[in-house]
Amino acid sequence: MPNMIKTKYPMPTQSPEARICNFEEVALGYGLETAQLEAQRCLNCKNQPCVSGCPVQVHIPDFIRLIVKGDMEGAYQTIAQTNALPAVCGRVCPQESQCEKHCVRGLRDEPVAIGRLERFAADTHNAREAEKPPKPASNGHKVAVVGSGPSGLACAGDLARLGYQVTVFEALHRAGGVLVYGIPEFRLPKAIVRREIDTLQALGVEISTNTVIGKTITVDELMTEYGYEAVFVGSGAGLPKFMSIPGETLKGVYSANEFLTRVNLMRASVPGSDTPVQLAKHVAVVGGGNVAMDAARCARRLGAEVTVVYRRTRDELPARLEEVEHAMEEGIVFNFLTNPVEVLGDENGWVKAIRCLKMELGEPDASGRRRPVAIPGSEHDLPMDAVIMALGTSPNPLIRDTTKGLETQRWGGIIAEEGTGKTSREGVYAGGDAVTGAATVILAMGAGKQAAAAIHQYIQSK
Amino acid sequence: MNRIIEKTPLNPTVTRMVVEAPLVARKAEPGQFIILRTHEDGERIPLTVADFDREKGTVTIIFQIVGATTEKLNHLNAGDMIHDFVGPLGRATETEGLKKVAVVGGGVGCAIAWPVAKKLHDQGCEVHSIIGFRTRDLVILEDEFARVSDQLRRVSDDGSWGDKGLVTDALRELLEAGERYDEVITIGPLPMMKFVCKLTREYDVKTVASMNSIMIDGTGMCGCCRLTVGGKVRFACVDGPDFDGHQIDFDEAMARATSYREFERHAHEEACNLFREVR
Repeated sequence: MPNMIKTKYPMPTQSPEARICNFEEVALGYGLETAQLEAQRCLNCKNQPCVSGCPVQVHIPDFIRLIVKGDMEGAYQTIAQTNALPAVCGRVCPQESQCEKHCVRGLRDEPVAIGRLERFAADTHNAREAEKPPKPASNGHKVAVVGSGPSGLACAGDLARLGYQVTVFEALHRAGGVLVYGIPEFRLPKAIVRREIDTLQALGVEISTNTVIGKTITVDELMTEYGYEAVFVGSGAGLPKFMSIPGETLKGVYSANEFLTRVNLMRASVPGSDTPVQLAKHVAVVGGGNVAMDAARCARRLGAEVTVVYRRTRDELPARLEEVEHAMEEGIVFNFLTNPVEVLGDENGWVKAIRCLKMELGEPDASGRRRPVAIPGSEHDLPMDAVIMALGTSPNPLIRDTTKGLETQRWGGIIAEEGTGKTSREGVYAGGDAVTGAATVILAMGAGKQAAAAIHQYIQSK
Repeated sequence: MNRIIEKTPLNPTVTRMVVEAPLVARKAEPGQFIILRTHEDGERIPLTVADFDREKGTVTIIFQIVGATTEKLNHLNAGDMIHDFVGPLGRATETEGLKKVAVVGGGVGCAIAWPVAKKLHDQGCEVHSIIGFRTRDLVILEDEFARVSDQLRRVSDDGSWGDKGLVTDALRELLEAGERYDEVITIGPLPMMKFVCKLTREYDVKTVASMNSIMIDGTGMCGCCRLTVGGKVRFACVDGPDFDGHQIDFDEAMARATSYREFERHAHEEACNLFREVR
């Protein structure tokens, strides 16, 4: 008999007062009893609409059944069949617009907390004594993976399990891509990422940090001189966008990438770290996505009063619901229907305010969302000493500029075949944000897995 | 991890290091830079490649001790490891087709100007070098410049070495004397480059300036190094570091360069104290 309680069991969190003074994880995860109660809310529907809402088709009702039965390892293994990063996705997936959106329980009540249950299964697995997977026997073939973010890690893991000798090339000094430079510790503890990378290394994957493909070594050289039979490009979308408004080069204006990299990757707020970060008193974050929430909440933890400036309304915020709620609980102010037109500076070239217009929603645009339209005469200044631009990112041109014959979209994304990641260059595959533009961890991870299967087929059929 | 092969002090605040980095050495060209960290939790700093040896697989860096990281770097010795060393980054200085060039270097910027002068000299270009320092004690690479320059002008602020004056004085003399250059390439402190560009604009000589902005990743990811060139925002790390000097907004670049000055001063003092305690 399913548990017909109408709402999700709440997940314990650090109190807002406590957590704005630390960088530790906010959501603390279900305990065993709560997890099983929540799992019992699942109706185990025959047609499993939740599965079709998952970009990698995790067998959701199956793993939830196993949690009810108390077989947590079985639940984890069920998820791991299609998801290379369960502990990560349980934390950062936008479940409300994927699996949980399609949950039948959600028609009348709240959907089953699928994300929280995924996290529970993964954390239970990870809490056990880490058994290093045995290194598979080598099949003698070498594959290079460019980028150590979600798509690269997923691709490398699948290929390594098939016996390929895989090297992952990372431009930065630490592996993990956006999982380490972008997503903050309080949302995704770095120990989880570290564990995934340790597992890959146990499988025999080599990680070559400080190697910029397109500069240190080109894609062509990987294949002609270094003997890699195939290359997977998962170099992400790392190039920050700015608004092109006056004052954006003032001191105190940052891309969210810069601000988050200083705080997350370079650990600027930790004593002993040499990288500086401005400790601003009043910070405006421009944008409404997950990256905007991450930047706002990092700034809050560094002691600032933070205002999110977003040109549409709360309903259009692209960020995960939970992050928006957490940000609001943490005292972050949201100025909706507000759009910056200029950053104003003081006599020393530092930000002193951001000039904005009030907006109203007009007719729907190409994305189907109602287009914000400026209200004449609504200009107003918000005093700030830092402004963080979180307006999205686009793929880095380094690889496309240095790889002849690699076809790309006009906006920079690498053109890759749906389902395989095959590019216009033989032996070169691509996936994740480098192909789609900035998207989600799970989509990138899924693309990495698909490309691994395609690369396997390609090499075996040669 | 990259091993330091050789370490030579060039003057009391400038050090040359030869670092084992075969992959970087293989690709490096004058004008490009590397990014290094001295230790875990260290800062990433960009340093322009001062020389490279493709056969030996080494890259030379020359740095001035100005902040915590360069202080820590300077405490490493031959045989020690640099924690992270990545490159070559940025675009190489364009030298193709140049027949006569004035290379104007100031202070530690001469370390970056020299490989450019050398490359030009090696490709048969007539090179007039103007190198300037505050005072005699700070002079670096004089012999190296002499070897690759058809004309070498030495200037110092206080007249203790070469002619008393600024690099712009020497450059103006050459231009006034009727020297016509395909290009002026200038590398040094921002105010110096600003005035070199102001001068060459009067004479309508194309001028390239090398911008050493604050950077983190050096691959276009953070945008920290952005500057305005010809009214457009560009990233020094991927679009540069060389830009058309007549288009650069130097005042903005100078303001941005001071972003962390207070922090740096404090961090440098701390680093110095740290080494004092160790001793």
